[in-house]
Amino acid sequence: MGAMDAIRSVSVALAGSGGAGVMTAGNMLLEAAALAGYYALMTRTSGPQIRGGEAAAMVRISSFPTDAQDDRFQILAAIDWQNVNRFAAELPLGPGSLIVGDPAQGEPPEVFTRSGARYVPLPLKKIAADAVPGAWPSMVALGALARLTGLPFDAVEKAARKTLKKGLDAGIVAAKAGFAHAASLEGFSLGAPPAKTERWLISGNEAAGYGALRGGVRFVAAYPITPATELLEWLSPALPKVGGTLVQAEDELASINMALGASYGGVPALTATSGPGLSLMTEALGLGVAAEVPVVVVDVMRTGPSTGIATKSEQADLNIALYGMHGDAPHVVVAPNSLADCVAATQWAVGLAESLQVPAIVLSDQYFGQARGVVDIPALSHNGYGRVKAKAGEPYKRYALTESGVSPMAIPGTPGTTYTADGLEHNEKGTPSSQAGDHLAQMDKRSRKVLGLDPGDAWASIEGEGETAVLTFGSCTGPVREALARSGSRARLISLRLLLPAQPERLAKALEGVKRVLVVEQNHSGQFLRYLRSEYGLPGEVQSLRRPGPLPFRPDEILKAL
Amino acid sequence: MNAPVAVVALQAKDFKSDYKPVWCPGCGDYSVLTGITKALAMLELRPENVAVVSGIGCSSRIPAYTTCYGFHGVHGRSLPAATGLKAARPDLTVLVASGDGDGYSIGGNHFLHACRRNVDLTYIVMDNHVYGMTKGQPSPTTEPDWKSKLAPGGTGVREFHPLVIALASGANFIARGFSGDPNGVAALIAQAVRHPGFSFVEILSPCVTFRPEQREWKQAVRPAPVEPTDDPARAARRLMTDDGFNIGVLYKGSRPAFSPQSTQKAGAPEELECQFRL
Amino acid sequence: MPVPTLEDFMSRAYAMELEASERYAQFAEQLDTHNNREVAQLFRRLAQIEGLHAQRILDEMAWPNLPVMPPAFSWDGDEGPETAPFDALHYLMQPYHALEIALRCELQAVKYFDGVAAADVPQRVREAAKEMAADEREHVALIKEWMKKVPPPAPGWDEDPDPPRLSD
Repeated sequence: MGAMDAIRSVSVALAGSGGAGVMTAGNMLLEAAALAGYYALMTRTSGPQIRGGEAAAMVRISSFPTDAQDDRFQILAAIDWQNVNRFAAELPLGPGSLIVGDPAQGEPPEVFTRSGARYVPLPLKKIAADAVPGAWPSMVALGALARLTGLPFDAVEKAARKTLKKGLDAGIVAAKAGFAHAASLEGFSLGAPPAKTERWLISGNEAAGYGALRGGVRFVAAYPITPATELLEWLSPALPKVGGTLVQAEDELASINMALGASYGGVPALTATSGPGLSLMTEALGLGVAAEVPVVVVDVMRTGPSTGIATKSEQADLNIALYGMHGDAPHVVVAPNSLADCVAATQWAVGLAESLQVPAIVLSDQYFGQARGVVDIPALSHNGYGRVKAKAGEPYKRYALTESGVSPMAIPGTPGTTYTADGLEHNEKGTPSSQAGDHLAQMDKRSRKVLGLDPGDAWASIEGEGETAVLTFGSCTGPVREALARSGSRARLISLRLLLPAQPERLAKALEGVKRVLVVEQNHSGQFLRYLRSEYGLPGEVQSLRRPGPLPFRPDEILKAL
Repeated sequence: MNAPVAVVALQAKDFKSDYKPVWCPGCGDYSVLTGITKALAMLELRPENVAVVSGIGCSSRIPAYTTCYGFHGVHGRSLPAATGLKAARPDLTVLVASGDGDGYSIGGNHFLHACRRNVDLTYIVMDNHVYGMTKGQPSPTTEPDWKSKLAPGGTGVREFHPLVIALASGANFIARGFSGDPNGVAALIAQAVRHPGFSFVEILSPCVTFRPEQREWKQAVRPAPVEPTDDPARAARRLMTDDGFNIGVLYKGSRPAFSPQSTQKAGAPEELECQFRL
Repeated sequence: MPVPTLEDFMSRAYAMELEASERYAQFAEQLDTHNNREVAQLFRRLAQIEGLHAQRILDEMAWPNLPVMPPAFSWDGDEGPETAPFDALHYLMQPYHALEIALRCELQAVKYFDGVAAADVPQRVREAAKEMAADEREHVALIKEWMKKVPPPAPGWDEDPDPPRLSD
C-alpha cells in the first residue's frame, strides 16, 4: 500500500497498443477526475508509429494543485503488453504499486514486476465482451481505474458523454462492468476532493495561445512542428473570433518573416515552433532586433540536438534562445514555470515585445505544451503594455535616440511618418549607415531599452526561506515545488520567469543569506548553470542537478539532492 | 485621426524620396524606380498607404528611395514579410521588390508559395542575370556559359525560367518589362497593382558594372507578339518557348485573391475562456 | 500621333522639355553621389537650360497653371524624344560624353518637331512645330560648339584600378 501520499495523490498509467484506445480512455479519466472535483494532470507517451503503436496515458489525480509527476505510479494498467516495456523508464513502479493486466494477454513484462509491484489479473476483454458485444476493453479499464482511485462512477459517465461520439452506450455499460469488477480489489482511495475553486482544464499549448490573444496578438504565422502544432491549431479558429488572422507558412523562415511583416504593419504577431524551427528563425529574429520590430516566438522545447526526440521534453534551447543570434542582439526571453503560467507568461512576453519593440522568445516545452491538467484559474492582468506609436509633426526619426531607448514607431497608413525599417545598421532617421558613431549609438539604444526594463516581481517565483536555494526555470519548477513542500526543510525556490534581460541585482537580493545553491535543469550540459554563472553571482556551494530529456524530474530525486 | 487634408493629385516625384541611390550610374534600377513612382501617381495612391518590402541586393535598396513605408528585410524573405503585412493590413497596397538572386535563389521556395497563395501583392523582380551586390556571381537566370570567378567555366546549369514557374505555381498576373522603357514599366506596374491576386512583373534591368554586354538587350527586346491570355494552358505553351525578351503582359488570370478566414465581428479574448472552464 | 490643337501640341512640347530637364537633374544627382563633380555640374547646367525652354513655353502660351497632358497620351518610342535614357551614364564619364548625350537628345527633338510639321496638322500647329524645330537646330549648333571646347575622352577614361566595393 502506498504511503500517506497515495491518499492525496494517485498516479495511474494506462497502456496498450494499436486500436486499444488508451489515449481516449486516459482523457476520460482526466475529465472524470476533474468533474469529481479533483486536480488532475495527464501526460502521454507513445511509440513512433503513426497509428497502431504502443502508447500509455499517464494521469495523476490529486487533492492539491500540481503539474509535476509523482515519484512513482500507483497503478499500471494495460490492455495488452505489446512493446509496453519500452516505457519502463517513464513508468516507475514500487512495492506498493498495482499492475492490472488482462491474463489473456500474458504476464506483465519482468521490467515492471521486478519493482515489487503486485500483479492483479483482470480479464478486460472478457468483461467487455460479456457486458456488451463489441465493447472496448479500454472502457472496462477506465471503469476499473475509476473505482481503484476512488472516483464516483457518475463522473466517469459524464466524462464519457462529453468525449465519446461512437459507442457511447456500450462504453458506459463496459465501464460500469469494469467499475463493478474492481470493487473486489484493493485500491488507493483518494480523500475527499478539495474545496471547490474556479478551475480550468487546459493544456500548456492552449494556455500559451490564450495568453497570446490576451496580450493582443492578432496575427499568427504557422508552420507545423511537434510539439508546437496544437498551439497553432488552437489559435487558428480562435483568431477570427477576436478579429485576427492565421496564415500557414511554407517553412519556418516564412513564418517568422510573415510575423515580422504583420508586426511592421502595426498588428502584434506571433509564431510558435520547437528547437529545429527556432534555429531557422534566428536570422529573422536578428532582423527584428536591428529594425526594432516586435515579435513573439513560442519555443515549445523538445529533446535535441537536431531532430532529437520530437515527442519528448527537454530544456536545452536556452543557449539558442539567449545567444542564438549573430551580432549583439539584446532581446527578451521569458519562461513560464507552471501549466497555468503559460497564459500569463505568454501574455507578458507579448506586452514586453510590443512596448520594447523587440523580439521575445517564450521558452515553453513539450511537457507543458502537451500536458493537460486541472488548474486553478490564474489571476490575470489586463495588459498595460503597448506600442509607443509615432505621430506626425516634425520630420520623423524612426530610430531617434531617446532616453529610454524606445522610439515612437510609425504605423503604415499614417501620413507624415513614412520610413523604411532596416536590418542594415542605420542612423536615427533609418538611413543605412556604416559610421562608427551611428552603430555605437544604435547599439547603446537597443541595449538600453531592454536593460531598462523593470519587471517587478514578475521576474521570478520566489517561495520559502532557508539557507539553501533551488534555482530553476520552466517545467522543473513543479517537481521542485513539490519536493520543498514535502521536505519541510528550510529551502527556498527561485524559479526565473525572465531570463533576458538578466536581473543580477534582484537575484542577489533573493539569495541573501543563502549558503548553498542547487541548480535544477533538464539538459545535458548545464546550460542554465552556465547562464547563471555568466550573468549572476552565486554564493557558497553550487550544486547542479541535471539530466537531459526525456524523463522528467520527480520530487524525491530533488529531495535526495537537497 | 487628423482633420481631413485637401486631396491634391500627387505626381511621380512625390513618391521619390531625397535619398541618393547607391546604384551605379547606368543601372536599370533607376528606370524601375521611375516606373514605380509614376505608377503610384497614376494609381492615385498616397505614399502612406503604400508599403514597399524588399530583401537584400541592389534592387532591394529601393524602399528607402520612395516616400512610402518601407521594409528592408533579410535575404530572400521579402515575399513572406509582404504576405504577413498584407494579411494583417489588407488596406495597404503592398509592393515587393527583389532581384534575380534574392528572389529566385534563396527566395525560390517563397516565390512558389506566394504564387500559389495568391495574396494581393505586386512582385517586381529586377532581373540582371547576376548577383550584383556581392560582385558578380551567377544567379539562377544567368546563362550556363557565362564565366565568373565563382564559376570560371560557366555554371553549366540551365537557367531558371521565372515566368513559367510563376504560371505553374498559380500567379494571377504575369508580365515582363524592360528598364529601357520606364513608361512601359510604369504602365505594367499600374496594371499589376490593379489586378487582384499575386501579380508578378519581371523587369529586365541591365547591370552596367558586371554585365555591360546587357546593353544589347535594348536591341533584343520586342513587344510581345500576342495579346495576354487568360488560359493557363495557352500561356504555358507560349512561356515554354519564350526567349526571355517578349515585353508586356503575358498572362492575366482570374483566380480570386487570397483572403484569410473572414473576420467575424471581433470579440474579446476573454470570451474564449469558457471552453476551459470546469 | 495626331495633334489636334495648338494647346495639345504646346503641352506636349512643355512636357518634353520638362522631362528632359528633370532627367538631366537626376543625372546630376547620380554623378554627384558618385563623385564625378565636373559632369554633374554639366548636367545641372543642361537641366537649367531645358528648364528655361519649358518656362518659355509657359510664357508664350501665357499659361497660369501647368498644362495637363491629354489622357492616354504616350510618346512613340519609350520616353519623350528629348529625354536622355538612364543607361547612357557611366560613373567615370567625361564632359564630352555628357554633351554627346545632349546632342543625341536635341537631334531627336529636331526629328520629332520636323515630323509634326510634316504631318497632317492644323496650320497653327505646323507653324509652331517649325519654330520649335528651328529652336532645336540652334541648340544642336550650340552643343556642337560646346563640344569643340571640351577635350575628347582619352583612351582608358573608364579604367578604374579599384575593384567594385562590397556593400550588403
